[in-house]
Amino acid sequence: MSMKKILKVILNEVPNKRSFSLHTLSPEHRLLQKTCRDFAEAELKPIAAQLDKEHKFPAQQIEKIGDLGLLKINVSEQYGGCGHDTLAVAVAVEEIARGCGGTGSIVSIHNALYNGLVNRVGTQEQKEEFLGRFTGGDLGCFALSEPEAGSDVSAVSTTATLCGDCYVLNGTKSWVTNAPVGKAAVVFATVDKTLKHKGITAFLLPLSSNGVTLGKKDEKLGIRASPTCNLILDEVEVPKDNVLGEVGGGFVLAMTQLDYARVGIGAQALGIAQAALELAVAFSKHRKTFGQPISSYQAVKLRLADMAVRLEAARLLVWRAAALCDRPAKSTKESSMAKLAASEAATFITHGAIQILGGMGYVSDMPAERHYRDARITEIYAGVNDIQKLLIGDAVIQEN
Amino acid sequence: MARVLVGVKRVIDYAVKIRVKPDKSGVVTDGVKHSMNPFDEIAIEEAVRLKEKKLASEIIAVSCGPTQSQEVIRTALAMGADKGIHVEVSGKDYETLQPIHVSKILAKIAQNEKVDMVIVGKQAIDDDSNQTAQMTAAVLDWPQATFASKVEKGDKEITVTREVDGGLETIKCKLPVVISADLRLNEPRYATLPNIMKAKKKPIAKVTPKDLGVDVSPRITVVSVEDPPVREPGVILPDVDALVAKLKEGGHV
Repeated sequence: MSMKKILKVILNEVPNKRSFSLHTLSPEHRLLQKTCRDFAEAELKPIAAQLDKEHKFPAQQIEKIGDLGLLKINVSEQYGGCGHDTLAVAVAVEEIARGCGGTGSIVSIHNALYNGLVNRVGTQEQKEEFLGRFTGGDLGCFALSEPEAGSDVSAVSTTATLCGDCYVLNGTKSWVTNAPVGKAAVVFATVDKTLKHKGITAFLLPLSSNGVTLGKKDEKLGIRASPTCNLILDEVEVPKDNVLGEVGGGFVLAMTQLDYARVGIGAQALGIAQAALELAVAFSKHRKTFGQPISSYQAVKLRLADMAVRLEAARLLVWRAAALCDRPAKSTKESSMAKLAASEAATFITHGAIQILGGMGYVSDMPAERHYRDARITEIYAGVNDIQKLLIGDAVIQEN
Repeated sequence: MARVLVGVKRVIDYAVKIRVKPDKSGVVTDGVKHSMNPFDEIAIEEAVRLKEKKLASEIIAVSCGPTQSQEVIRTALAMGADKGIHVEVSGKDYETLQPIHVSKILAKIAQNEKVDMVIVGKQAIDDDSNQTAQMTAAVLDWPQATFASKVEKGDKEITVTREVDGGLETIKCKLPVVISADLRLNEPRYATLPNIMKAKKKPIAKVTPKDLGVDVSPRITVVSVEDPPVREPGVILPDVDALVAKLKEGGHV
């Protein structure tokens, strides 16, 4: 079989069995998974390479994703949502990321960070404006990080100065996913730097507000379909009513919301890893060396086994963390473990997939190299893995 | 407005590589991905579109099979069907369940539910029988419009375009009627998340063939199931004489 023919077969091959989990999903979650998978196969997989090459935002597909109800998964029905749970977000994000890693990022962050936070702590009016009035492909952002404040959230230095009936925001937020195309953002700014993290406050900001400028779109290693840029705030007026939660309560809001975000990013990592593993398996069955398919060699079997186990283990952690998110007790440790495991699994698996594909793994004819580049971000955003380890270490020490 | 019954079958997913069991008694189904028969998805979609156009009032999704068939009914509910009926048939009975049985079951339910239209996929992708719609119509003594690629509903009749070997044929049938859906009838929708959640509240009734007075005793015995012969490589021949000689040699003429 010619390489061209092999490529065609492999890229069209759909695995007949998702053997990778013991945890049974409810019928509703299974139906959701099916819808998302069918959609990703039909609408995302065929264009993912092009989106990556052109750093293109999939506007049409995001609109369709909205039509399926997937941009309001965990939003209350009152505001046009489905009132579904965090596991539903995880399942949906994984399937979408399996089709296109960048689109997975867009959907994950919009649902788990923006929607999740506003739905959780917003007032009725805030939810009406910042959730209810979102329709079609409208997207929200979560603007926390700054050029000088990443892991050190308390170093947030965007200021919010009270001026009569409103706050005036000044500063720059960085790495804001969906900002180039978004409708609104949750922006974290400090009302008083001397209060350190106790001054940080969350504000709801329509991106069309005066004084808001978008920085240049970031040119990233991967997840290129996901548009990110700096959000530059110059004397931006935000009504007092747009304070989300309590003044000075922003730090806690961000930290608690990140528990949900980590499940979302973990799910994204799972999707990318799943796609890479499927590709590696399919390729190994077709590629022949010394007269045999390379899947018959121990070297390949051992590598695939390592990849499969890490993926399965990570998925169980992500699903467990998702289930715990919706229960009252804190689950920071579990969310961090899920994010850590899934992101490391993704980089391991995508690395292994390239190795199995050999030369073909290095060129853009096959998606292996794109999966590799897409996976890398999951060890970084939603809290770098180094921070995740500190959180887990502290939790483990405290518990025992 | 018409009451519509849609038959949906749980089959091995179209993308799965089918494997024959070593004892040749059938194909491997354990642990293999199953889905709704693609032609039945088209049937449900057509029913839902009729309902959206206010030409249908209620859609009842019916599936005959083991407990897992309920998954397929749930998918139908998530696509827009109003209620489901699961006709429980399992084990040995299911292995020998044939269109002759299913058509009687569908006919009885159609009568019980006082439906005006029965829509099914033209054939299932596992047995490729292409008989259920035709047999159901015969049992009910209703007109049939098979291989439908377009359906237009009037007050008391439908106009159907059928895809036949010679091209397209357009017929008119009085209601009540049985329709079988062909590939180009429509493109089935994705089950949206809001509809998946709504479907949770929709009822699925459970009955047995006995309840319906239908005997599902086997009318066939499966002798063996085998892989098709491996495809032989081709040969390029210099001229027609060589071709004829080769054909004679192979006993093909």
